[in-house]
Formats: sequence, C-alpha cells, structure tokens
Amino acid sequence: MTRPTLTRRGVIKTGAYAGAGLALPTIFTSRARAFTNAPTGSTVKFGFNVPQTGPYADEGLDELRAQELAIEHLNGMGDGGMLNTFSSKALDGTGILGKQVDYVTGDTQTKSDAARASAKAMIEKDGVVMINGGSSSGVAVAVQGLCQEAGIIFMAGLTHSNDTTGKDRKKNGFRHFFNAYMSGAALAPVLEKAYGTDRRAYHLTADYTWGYTQQESIQASTEAIGWETVNNVLTPVGAGDFSSYIAPVLNSGADVLVLNHYGGDMINSITQAVQFGLRDKQVNGKNFEIVVPLYSELMAEGAGDNIKGVYGSMNWNWQLSDPGTKAFVKSFGEKYGRPPSNSAHTCYVQTLLYADAVARAGSFDPCAVAEALEGFEFDGMGNGPVLYRAEDHQCFKDVLVMKGKDNPSTKYDILEIVEVTPVDHVTYPPDHPMFGGAEATLGQCNNGA
Amino acid sequence: MDAIILQILNGLDKGSAYALIALGLTLIFGTLGVVNFAHGALFMIGAFCAVTMQRLLSLSYEEIDPTRTDFLGNPLKVEVPYVEHWFGPEIGGAIIDWSVPFAILLAIPVMVGLGFAMERGLIKHFYKRPHADQILVTFGLAIVLQEIIKYFFGANPIQTGAPPAFSGSFDFGTLLGFDPNVIIYPYWRMVYFLFSLAIVGGVFAFLQFTTFGMVVRAGMADRETVGLLGIDIDRRFTLMFGLAAAVAGLAGVMYTPILAPNYHMGMDFLVLSFVVVVVGGMGSLPGAVLAGFMLGILQSFASMNEVKSLIPGIDQVIIYLVAIVILLTRPRGLMGRKGVMED
Repeated sequence: MTRPTLTRRGVIKTGAYAGAGLALPTIFTSRARAFTNAPTGSTVKFGFNVPQTGPYADEGLDELRAQELAIEHLNGMGDGGMLNTFSSKALDGTGILGKQVDYVTGDTQTKSDAARASAKAMIEKDGVVMINGGSSSGVAVAVQGLCQEAGIIFMAGLTHSNDTTGKDRKKNGFRHFFNAYMSGAALAPVLEKAYGTDRRAYHLTADYTWGYTQQESIQASTEAIGWETVNNVLTPVGAGDFSSYIAPVLNSGADVLVLNHYGGDMINSITQAVQFGLRDKQVNGKNFEIVVPLYSELMAEGAGDNIKGVYGSMNWNWQLSDPGTKAFVKSFGEKYGRPPSNSAHTCYVQTLLYADAVARAGSFDPCAVAEALEGFEFDGMGNGPVLYRAEDHQCFKDVLVMKGKDNPSTKYDILEIVEVTPVDHVTYPPDHPMFGGAEATLGQCNNGA
Repeated sequence: MDAIILQILNGLDKGSAYALIALGLTLIFGTLGVVNFAHGALFMIGAFCAVTMQRLLSLSYEEIDPTRTDFLGNPLKVEVPYVEHWFGPEIGGAIIDWSVPFAILLAIPVMVGLGFAMERGLIKHFYKRPHADQILVTFGLAIVLQEIIKYFFGANPIQTGAPPAFSGSFDFGTLLGFDPNVIIYPYWRMVYFLFSLAIVGGVFAFLQFTTFGMVVRAGMADRETVGLLGIDIDRRFTLMFGLAAAVAGLAGVMYTPILAPNYHMGMDFLVLSFVVVVVGGMGSLPGAVLAGFMLGILQSFASMNEVKSLIPGIDQVIIYLVAIVILLTRPRGLMGRKGVMED
C-alpha cells in the first residue's frame, strides 16, 4: 500500500482546482441574476405597499382594490378596463412578456420605518420586481430611496409632496400623481374668483414633507393673487383632536383657514373647525372660508356635510367623461359596488404603466423599464394626454379643482368638478426652486446587479 | 385674555375624559388594589357601544328608485332604515340622529357585565400576585379586546355625530363682554363636560351617602376588619369593578362625537390617564378628578402657538414633565394617601 505523498505544489494545485470548482455555481448564478429579482418562472410578482392601518388606511385599502383589478386585467380576466382605452397597445391581456402577474401586499401603517420594513421583506423574501402604492409622501420618499438602493422600480402611489420628484427624485422612482405645486397653480385662480384678492389665510399643516411643500406651494400661489398669510401652525400626524390648534384661529384676524391635512386627519380637523363655528363666522366683513388644497372622495365621504362649498384640488375624479375614466369606473364599480377614488385610479394606472413599459422594453430589467417610461407620452387613462417627464419622472396632465356639493344625491356624489385646469397652467421647469433647484438630479439607475 | 379663556374651555373636554378614566382606575386600585391596564380598552369599548347603537338604529333595507340612477347608470338603490320605515322619515331620522345619547342605555349593561366578567373570570386570580403580574395580564387583556374590536369594526375611525341640536357652537365671549365670535365653544363639548361632572358627582354621592358606599369605603380603609364583621366585601368590590367599567364606558360613549372612535383610542388615553392618577395620587378619587381637569387644561395651554414658539414640542411632553416634577417632589401625588407609592 502506497501512502499519498503531500507536496507543496500538489496542495496548491488541488486547492486551486477545488476553489475553481466551488466558485463555478456562483459564476452561473451571478450571470443569471443580471438584476434584482429577475423573474425566472412562469409568474412575476408585484409588491403593493399601502397603509392598511393608520390615518390614511381608507386610501390604502382602495388602492389595493384597484391594484387587484389591474392584475386581473393584465392577466386577461374581467373586462380589461383601461387596457381597452390606453393609447399604447403593447399589452394584450396575457400577462407580461408571457408571464402571469402575481402580487403580495404589505402594510405601511403610514409610517416610514414600517413601510421600509415591509418593502424590504417584499423585495428580499417575496422577490418582487417593483413596488407600487403608498399614501404618504414621507413613506414614498423613504421607500423610493430603498428601492433605488435595492435596484427595483418604485411606482409611487398617492404622494403629493413636491420633494418626491423634487429634491428627493430618484432614477428608479416614478410618480403618476400630481403634486403640491400643481394644486397651488390650479387652485389660486378659482379661489381668486370665489373669494377675491383681499384675504387673510391661516394654515394648519401636517408636520412632515408633504405638509411643508403643500403649505409652501399654496402660500406662494395665494400670495401671488394678493392674499396675506397670517400664520402657519404645524400639527402632528394622527393628532386626533385638533381643537387646540383650531381654537386660536378664531381671534387671529384670519378669514380663511387652509387645512394642509389629509385622510383621517383632515376629516377630524374640518369636522372640528365646523364644530367651532368657523363656517358661520364673519371676519373683516367677509364670510369665513375653509380650503382643503388636496381633496379625495374618501375624505369627503368621511367629512360628510362639513365639506359643502369647500374648494380643493384632485388628480382625477370618477365623474370625468373621457372613455378611459368611463371604462375604469365601470370595471371598478361592477367589482366593488362603489366608484374608485383618485388614489385607486393612480395605483391602477401605475400598475398598467409599469407593465406596459416592461412590454415595450422587452425586459424586466429596471434600467430598461426606466428608459421606456422616461419621456413616455400616453392617453386614454383619464386626464387626457399625459407626459412622463424624463428629467424628474413626474407626470404632467390636467388638474381638477373640486368643490363640496351643496345637495348631494348619493353618498358618492359629494364633490363636483368646478374647473379642469389645463396642463400648461400647472407645468414648471425641472429645476424650479421648490423642487430642489438646479442641484436636484435623478442620479444613476440601479438594477441591483 | 380671550385666548386664555378659550384654552381653559378647550382643555375641559379632554380633562373630562382624563378625569373619568382616572376615576375608574382609582376606584379599582382603591378597592381591589389592582392596577388595571385594560381600563383604556373599557373606554374604547364604551365608544364602540355608540357605534353599535348607531348601526343598530340605521339598519336598513334596499329600495329601488327608478327615477334616479347610480354612478354606473343603473337604477339607484336607496337604503331605507327600518326606523324611518316604521316611524316615518322625520321621527325615524331624529332617532338615528340621537344614537349617541341612546347608546348610554346599551353601554350600561354591556360595561357592567363586562366588568363583572373581567373581575370574576380573570382578575380575581391575580389579587395575591405582584403588581407586575397584574399589569401584564390586564395589558394583555387590553390588546385582546383591541384586536377583537379591530376584527369586527375595522382599523379606521368611524364617524358618530352629535344630535343636530348639539352640533353647533355657543358664543361664550358675548356672555363675558367680549366681541361676538371671539370665544366660541361647541355645544357637545359643553355637554361632555357637564356629563362628566354629573358622573363624578354621582359616584361621590354614591360612596358618601349610601350604606353600600360606606361599607366600600370602610373596606378600602381596612379590608380585613370589614370582612371580620361578617360583610361579604368581595362581592361589593366586584360591584365596584362593574361600576368603574361603566364609568369608563360612559366616558367613551359620550366622547365619540368629539373624536371618531378607533380601535386604539383606549391605549392613547390609558397612558395619559395613568399619569393623571399618579399626579392626583394613587387611590385618591378627588385627586384623580382634579388632576384630570388640571392636566387637560395644561395640555391645551401648551399647544398655544405662543407657548410652542418658545418651547417647541412642549404640547407633546408637558404632561410627562409635570408627572416627573410631582414624583420627584411628592411621590404620593397631589392628594394621595401616605404610604401609597412611598417608602
């Protein structure tokens, strides 16, 4: 029996062969993983990250309904909804690039840390290729940053802060929803016509990114028509009882209260403002007025009679009469027995827009998808022709100015469209100071490879 | 001056809720020696009694109105509440509008029953265990109750309005010689304040002027001696638990028009109410009520713009700052008995 002899050269050679052998599978996997969560089977998974609890939960649940409907339409079930009216015909209702679409959901709780945690779990454990949704700008900015780092696409849901596509814009992040600047630009002419140029406004503002940029935008646009800003008070999100913030408005000399609040917070603050008699008040010889710059049907439904005659702006409304809107309202209404909210619309449209971009790019690679979305012009999704601007990934389209209806016939018919502000009136340059100025850039695309 | 009066008024309703919850907490601590962390959940369940009453009264059937169409262009389905069908739209509508006050009728038996069940079914097994165990078990119970409510009613706040007669606001300023519209206070918040005074007065009168109350007070002072006299003090203490639950429940019912109820409202109030109890003095009923109103008003002042511009964020922490100062200088609280929370 011969004993194997160990030589120095032999050990090195064996080690080199063994090392190469062990490394081989990782070479294959890294080649297969050209980008984060590249889908390998017959399905592809989307992540819907929405608030299912907390002050914006109503919006989140409606977003989920819309996203489920979008998945049905992508997979060829139901009546196809807006796929029938969408100007791009890259999708044919057989899934995306031959794969059926599946989804997972997460609860953002309207908190940035919870939203990042659920997004992270969906990316790492569930292997989603994109994340869609959310109902808070704080959450959107946080999750957008996470998706940029992880190398997947983020389709921001309901986020209205200028920062999302302003100073915090990201190459991997896209927004279909309008923003605070656009609300200000659309609202000011209507407010001027309704309430005149000699007004004193008191702002109550939600204490986070959305509140700040909305307040700044509304202040700038109302001051441009001659209004004076008396005060701006920051209020905590989910404060519940706003009475101690509303009481000082009574003797501040203001004759307009601007509520930069959203969701459950807006329902509470406007209800309490009415309870404190602000709507019945006369100041400086004028009727006291309340303005809610960002409206939603769900908030209006919650606030009931308190919103009668109150002006606000919206991204979209189910009462529009274009074919895209009609198709979506029919689809959604038949499935859920209620008209869709504007947050539902945005999340539905974004799901289709992402899928369409994948189909046009011929790949799920986030950088290819981003390229397909940049500068993309489309129509047939409500709001008329829309441009996804390449410089900041913001959609540009007409903006609606709404008013609480005086005599609603049903519980869904509580807002009326008073003005459809053309897109030209709400467009701004990509380096506008409210959007981070010249320093704001999208950065580099990250596909996670 | 007007701003100060306004903030005092404004603090009253929050103070009323704090005082009522703290009163119940103190009743339970004083009689049974149990620190009840489920007390906020009882407040929340009271609020959901109002929601339930509103839903019961608005139970409806669908009728098709062929003259109108819904958002899809189909004939409009109109929901007709049964009470409107039976009593006519005017009286029926009024009954639905008054669902919050009516809910008191539902809340009393529900809360007393729940109080009994809690005490007999769970808490009595923890009398001889350390306070830490009692806190853990009642806190656990609070979470269970919270999740049950979330399961049945959802996570979102549910609007429950005040009766139309009380939905306006009262011009306090003109009474005091100020210009009209300077000091305005909503009617329902006044109702809530008066209601809480009535409850507090009722509980004090019950303890002070009835034989039952006298025995309970004697039992609070010296349980063993009362027991030796042949009185079944345990049964009386169980009744007191039911009473404390009812006080928390009624506080919740009447609070719903001020703030739409949601499943975690109990937790929001509980922590603050404990601070109230500690500031007022563990075991002291007048202390709990006094501290409740005092801290409510103080919190209201702290949220004034002038104060916040001097010390940002003070409105969020003022109550805890007061608690720290009180505990450092007078550990038994403002009106606490000697020996409680003290060496």
